[in-house]
Amino acid sequence: MPFIQNTDADRDEMLAAIGVRSIEDLFEQIPADLRVKTPIDVPEGVSENELWAELNELASWNSTAEKGTFLGAGLYRHYIPTVVDALQGRQEFVTAYTPYQPEASQGTLTAFFEFQSMVADLTGMEVANASMYDGCSAVAEAVLMATSLVRKRKRVVLSAGLHPHTLRTVQTYLSCCDLEIVMAPLGADGRTQYDGLIDDSTCAVVVQQPNFLGVIEDQDAVAASAKEGGAISIASIYPIALGILKSPGESGFDIVVGDGQSLGVPMAMGGPSFGIFATLQKNVRKMPGRIVGQTVDNQDRRGFALTFQTREQHIRREKATSNICTNNALMALRGAIYMAAAGPEGLREVAEHSLAKAQYAEAELAKLEGFELPHAASGHFNEFVLRCPVPAKDVNRAIDAAGMIGGLALGDHVPGADERDLLLAFTELTTREQIDRLVKTLSSLSQTVTVG
Amino acid sequence: MRPDDRKYLPSHEWIKVDGDIGIIGITDFAVEELSSGNDSDLVYCDLPEVDRVLETGETFGEIESVKAVADLNMPLGGEILEVNTAIEDHLEILATDPWERGWLVKVKLSAKTNDDLIDAAAYEALIAQEA
Repeated sequence: MPFIQNTDADRDEMLAAIGVRSIEDLFEQIPADLRVKTPIDVPEGVSENELWAELNELASWNSTAEKGTFLGAGLYRHYIPTVVDALQGRQEFVTAYTPYQPEASQGTLTAFFEFQSMVADLTGMEVANASMYDGCSAVAEAVLMATSLVRKRKRVVLSAGLHPHTLRTVQTYLSCCDLEIVMAPLGADGRTQYDGLIDDSTCAVVVQQPNFLGVIEDQDAVAASAKEGGAISIASIYPIALGILKSPGESGFDIVVGDGQSLGVPMAMGGPSFGIFATLQKNVRKMPGRIVGQTVDNQDRRGFALTFQTREQHIRREKATSNICTNNALMALRGAIYMAAAGPEGLREVAEHSLAKAQYAEAELAKLEGFELPHAASGHFNEFVLRCPVPAKDVNRAIDAAGMIGGLALGDHVPGADERDLLLAFTELTTREQIDRLVKTLSSLSQTVTVG
Repeated sequence: MRPDDRKYLPSHEWIKVDGDIGIIGITDFAVEELSSGNDSDLVYCDLPEVDRVLETGETFGEIESVKAVADLNMPLGGEILEVNTAIEDHLEILATDPWERGWLVKVKLSAKTNDDLIDAAAYEALIAQEA
């Protein structure tokens, strides 16, 4: 629906209809001493082209990812095909409302049924919902779902390899529940150690794959340990990685969640994104979020509608499976378009290119004096930790001086992390030239460090 | 007149006691309230596992129709001995025979009294007021 402004004539007509002399009269209820009397002190408006010039000038101060970036840590610069913007930007999708009235929402419902189907396929699970807010809250909701699937057990085991934001979100969500949260630490190899932590009071075991340090966890072992302990296993995944990694479904996970940013959503300074959530059919009644189902209308034509709504807020209130009563529709739609455009082959190619860039960088960086790859034996996808001879922050400054964005200095973000550790990410968009320039910049750093 | 060989809760569950075994179900009125007049309106029933111990008044499950969902509450507390899994895929039985074939759970009773339980006549009077 296009937006058309009101004219003065429209305003006069409306005022006359309600019997009010002027717009100011509508604010009579607000005490006079609280009403603004003088205009707010902001500069005069400028013309469009002056505004563009000013904003472009400010923007030019930014380091932009296009010039080269090695920053990942949960948000990745992957190529977004033009078809994603072109379809998502269509007015009927941008303005589509909540599809509670299926007869008026077949377009959006069909898109989300497809989305759910693709997510289930990608994760190796049986059923998926129409998306969550983001990956962090999806993990938190998965833990809550586990507590309702395995009643009377109070222990939740979280991997220390989960993204710091995920850990904080889960702790916030669980802060009013009477649950025991146990952190499974990372070993020297960068993998989570669950030994001795999963007991018969454990309801949920969570792992991130690949983990925050880029390390590939032994997902088969995690799923098996959880199952043996009678707990629900939860995997938080990086969707592009599933282009080549074994799906958590194949490993026997009960719930799979993740953040969908890498599927056609711009990094945009951290948001918005969407969360994915998938599980086994037998657990569907405990799954939070919107679920679109396929059905037939009263003329036997195929159609779609929201289903299992009795789990949700508007019907169950305090007994609802979750307090989420929405999905991140527009971003999830981008994910659906991306997955459809890429297909399994395309996703595999993106993953292979990302991995190849990381492997090339790793091989070159390994040759540098004074730099170490602490988790080299464990295997990684497109991200790994580089231990530098100087603080990681200084390394980033050097990379910035070379015209690129560096990685994540772990010391600032992970409690107890070594300040020399730098988390570097690579995608299909990272060029060989950028990697060579990175290596050259870092090698000049190792030459300035005196042996001692 | 509804069966008077059993007691009723105002929340429309019934319990038929035989020694220390109780058979629990829901009334035809409950089924009707949940439905829009079709046999197929009841879509799902969540019943507890055998051996589960529940207290008087505690929610032991839920019954869902196309338009609503309702908790199922224990008229008298005890341990679940048997669950009528046969009706889980045939909930229409509750629409035709909620009193015999439509039983939901059998319980080894630990509680013997509940002040909220009323007899058939009182139950009939209650729902006549609600209608």
